[in-house]
Amino acid sequence: MNWIIWLLPLPPLLAFFVIILFSNKNKVLSHSLAITAAGLSWLGSMVIFINAVGTEEFGKHVFESAINWLPTGATWLQVGVRVDPLTAVVLFFVAWTVLAIFVYSIGYHNFGQPKGDHDLPGLPPHGTTITEDGHTHSVPSIEPMYSRFFAFISLFAFGMYTLVVSNNLLTLFVGWEIMGLCSYLLIGFWYGKKSARDAAVKAFMTTRIGDVFMLLGIAFVYSFTGSLSFKDIFQPQMLQALGSTPAFFGLSAAGIIGLLLFIGTVGKSAQWPLHVWLPDAMEGPTPVSAMIHAATMVSAGVYLAIRIFPLLSLDAHTMTVVAFIGSFTALFAATIAVAQNDIKKVLAYSTISQLGFMIAALGVHAYVAAAFHLVTHAFFKALLFLGSGSVIHGMEHGVLHTGDNMDAQDMFNMGGLRKKMPITFWTFLIGGLALSGFPVLTAGFWSKDAIFAEAFGTGHLLVFIVLALAAFLTAFYTMRQITLTFFGEARSQAAEHASETTWTMTLPLVVLAVFAVGVGWAGMPAWFTGGIVPDWFHEFVGGTLAQVPETVTFNWIPVATSLVVALGGLFCGWLAYRKVSVPSEDRLQIPLLKNKYYFDEIYAFLFVRPAKWIAEKFTSEYMDQVVIDGVLHNLARFSLFLGHAFRNYFDKPVINEFVGDGAGKTVRASGFGLRKIQAGRVQYYMIVAIVILVIFAFLFYFLRLGM
Amino acid sequence: MTAEQIIFLLTGALVLGSAIMVVTVRNLLHAALWLVASLFGVAVLYAILQANFLAVVQVVVYIGAIAILFIFAVMLTRRELMEKGRQTRPNWWIPALLGLLLLTGLVLLILNIPGINRTAAALPVGLDTVQALGTALVSPDAYVLPFEVASVLMLAALVGAVYVATVDKK
Amino acid sequence: MSIPLSWYLILAAALFCLGLYGVFSRKNAIAILLGIELMLNAVNINLVAFWRYLNPTQMAGQAFAVIVFAVAAAEVAVGLALIISVYRRRKTVVADEIDLMRW
Repeated sequence: MNWIIWLLPLPPLLAFFVIILFSNKNKVLSHSLAITAAGLSWLGSMVIFINAVGTEEFGKHVFESAINWLPTGATWLQVGVRVDPLTAVVLFFVAWTVLAIFVYSIGYHNFGQPKGDHDLPGLPPHGTTITEDGHTHSVPSIEPMYSRFFAFISLFAFGMYTLVVSNNLLTLFVGWEIMGLCSYLLIGFWYGKKSARDAAVKAFMTTRIGDVFMLLGIAFVYSFTGSLSFKDIFQPQMLQALGSTPAFFGLSAAGIIGLLLFIGTVGKSAQWPLHVWLPDAMEGPTPVSAMIHAATMVSAGVYLAIRIFPLLSLDAHTMTVVAFIGSFTALFAATIAVAQNDIKKVLAYSTISQLGFMIAALGVHAYVAAAFHLVTHAFFKALLFLGSGSVIHGMEHGVLHTGDNMDAQDMFNMGGLRKKMPITFWTFLIGGLALSGFPVLTAGFWSKDAIFAEAFGTGHLLVFIVLALAAFLTAFYTMRQITLTFFGEARSQAAEHASETTWTMTLPLVVLAVFAVGVGWAGMPAWFTGGIVPDWFHEFVGGTLAQVPETVTFNWIPVATSLVVALGGLFCGWLAYRKVSVPSEDRLQIPLLKNKYYFDEIYAFLFVRPAKWIAEKFTSEYMDQVVIDGVLHNLARFSLFLGHAFRNYFDKPVINEFVGDGAGKTVRASGFGLRKIQAGRVQYYMIVAIVILVIFAFLFYFLRLGM
Repeated sequence: MTAEQIIFLLTGALVLGSAIMVVTVRNLLHAALWLVASLFGVAVLYAILQANFLAVVQVVVYIGAIAILFIFAVMLTRRELMEKGRQTRPNWWIPALLGLLLLTGLVLLILNIPGINRTAAALPVGLDTVQALGTALVSPDAYVLPFEVASVLMLAALVGAVYVATVDKK
Repeated sequence: MSIPLSWYLILAAALFCLGLYGVFSRKNAIAILLGIELMLNAVNINLVAFWRYLNPTQMAGQAFAVIVFAVAAAEVAVGLALIISVYRRRKTVVADEIDLMRW
């Protein structure tokens, strides 16, 4: 059994390598490899899930397997896989959404369409003209970088599976970072567009900030506990030790660690204040937005937070921070979403808001509710994004058909699409209702209701009220979106000529819609069904903790609030927007909201410009060019000077002239002098001989030397 | 001062005086003739020394051959221009000094040898110096080898001189 | 024989030194040979004097003197031949001008 868990991340990774290395030219092979890989992982996930669900008291008998990996002195750092109840449900939705999105991508990138007239890799395809029935018009063209896309999303799937099945913080972080990389690559997929490139960098940088703190947290965990695996960290004695050891800033060790790891979540799940990257990430193709920014990557942040809940819950201050950030973000993002005109931007802010819900739920100790909302949100948000992609595709078909050049993503250019794209309409409607929390029928209702109940029941009234407001706004802007897009009359030529998209795009929509409805019924609380249908989700996922958390006592206030805000919001949205056709009539186009509270500008001023200044002016110009290069230049100049000095003052005069030439000159001079004894005149030789003779005679005979 | 000593002194004066003239006269022919006089004086000395054969040989060989050779050579190498100008080198005082030094040294050396002032003993009666010399020169126990070698030397010198001085026939 | 040996020796030394002076101070090559002849004669006088005064019965002294005669003759012959040959080439017998072997 455990071997399946080890193999889950493998097929997408292999698909990535094979596509990148071999099948870049062959589009059919590439997408087949990717789909097969996703399918295999899906199959494995389903097997695991069914086995997990079938195990009695699964929380106590998790599937775990580890190997010794890194020798650390006398011990080993182990890495491995672990499937506990939380993992099982997360695997469930990850497998389904990933597979659905992979299939969707085939149609999204216009597989089967001809190549574009002047499509360049790096820019979105913009159609090709064909002539049929004597009538020339443009049709969508296939994406030039088709295989590359599938390679990247396969790599991404690998990262997500790794993160989900890992049993320790290290491999979780590895998967985390791989997804961060893929997010960068995929947001900047159309790298020819400057806006896409900038958005990719922004996403990477912002999540990096969170990741730095997360790494600090991981380091702290390791240094305190000596292990990184969840089993060791969440042991009761270890938790107690963590909770009672005081650390910095008046927090306990658990508090600090929890806070640091939570900052990673803030970055990855785009919570305030690190939310700025997610709306810009809509530059990527829609499947990317669906997968990364709805179903999986941002969910990974919340997944981490839920995972470390035993740690987080030890410190009240940390929990307060968590609850605050969650609820604040929920309301903050919802207010911005109300004023956005781009269909994908609305969904982006909606995602931020819903993630805020989940985190706020964690902050009020609503473990199961948070996990529940994570699962349901993944399904309906993926559905909504894929639906919006389908809408945009339909609009683009119309744009190409009519030759009218306008923004296919602006909701104010749409209208009346429910007749033109029925499947898209119905599935989008289901998704929208789920998001709003439409009672009973949709999954979102059950999960949101659970959060409200917990927030109210544990006495966190401020959180409750804020979340209720956010829920109201959620329903409102969702209905606004649906009304503007699908109801009314077509407001542009393109909308007139929009048409339904291919089955590879609509099939995943239908599948996800089924789950968006059905998943909620797995977690219906006891008061609703009177105990006949057990709250399976609560029991199952609650078993992940040491003790299954108690269900909160039933109170009708949260239920009523939930109903009121959902239905009220939907109604108000429909009411307000059924007659609106141009932005000027929209009274909620408040500049502050439209411009996202100017946070981008604030950050640019506070962080980006000083960072650029430090990089360009300070480090590059002053430090590098003037100081460091200056040292080098001066060193070089000094060396040159030394060299010249040596040459001119030592080498030339002393060595060359004195020693070299000097020796030569001396020899020459002595030669010149000495050659005079070779006079060639015999008498001269003889005189010399006689002189020497006389001298020696004198020495030997008269001075008696040598005697 | 015996008669011998007087004769010796006169002969010595002849020899040395002629020698001085040899080394100082300008005219080379005169120098060769003064050499003849000096050689004659040396022959007289040999006679005084009772080396009769040598005295005769001295006259015949040295004066009769060598000095004649010199005169021939002077004749053959005469050039009008050469006779004018200095005949001695400009720094002649160096050799003079050298000679004087050498002479002084040699004289001192000679006078310091013990027993150098002795006189000669009489020749043994019946010794015929000429005969004895002849016998010595051809006797195998004596000096026949140097004698023969000297002959070979003479031959070589003869041939060599002829060869060296031959005019190349074009 | 009342002449002391030393007289002969001193005479010979004087003659030798005169010959030496002649060799060094004359420019003409033939004049140099004249000086050499004087020196050879001085040597001969020495030899004969020693023969007479030390051991007259042994003929070595005279034999030696004979050999010296022979050598002197040979040497003069060859030397003059050389000088004549050089004269023919270089048209000079001034010793200083016969200096092709100088540096």
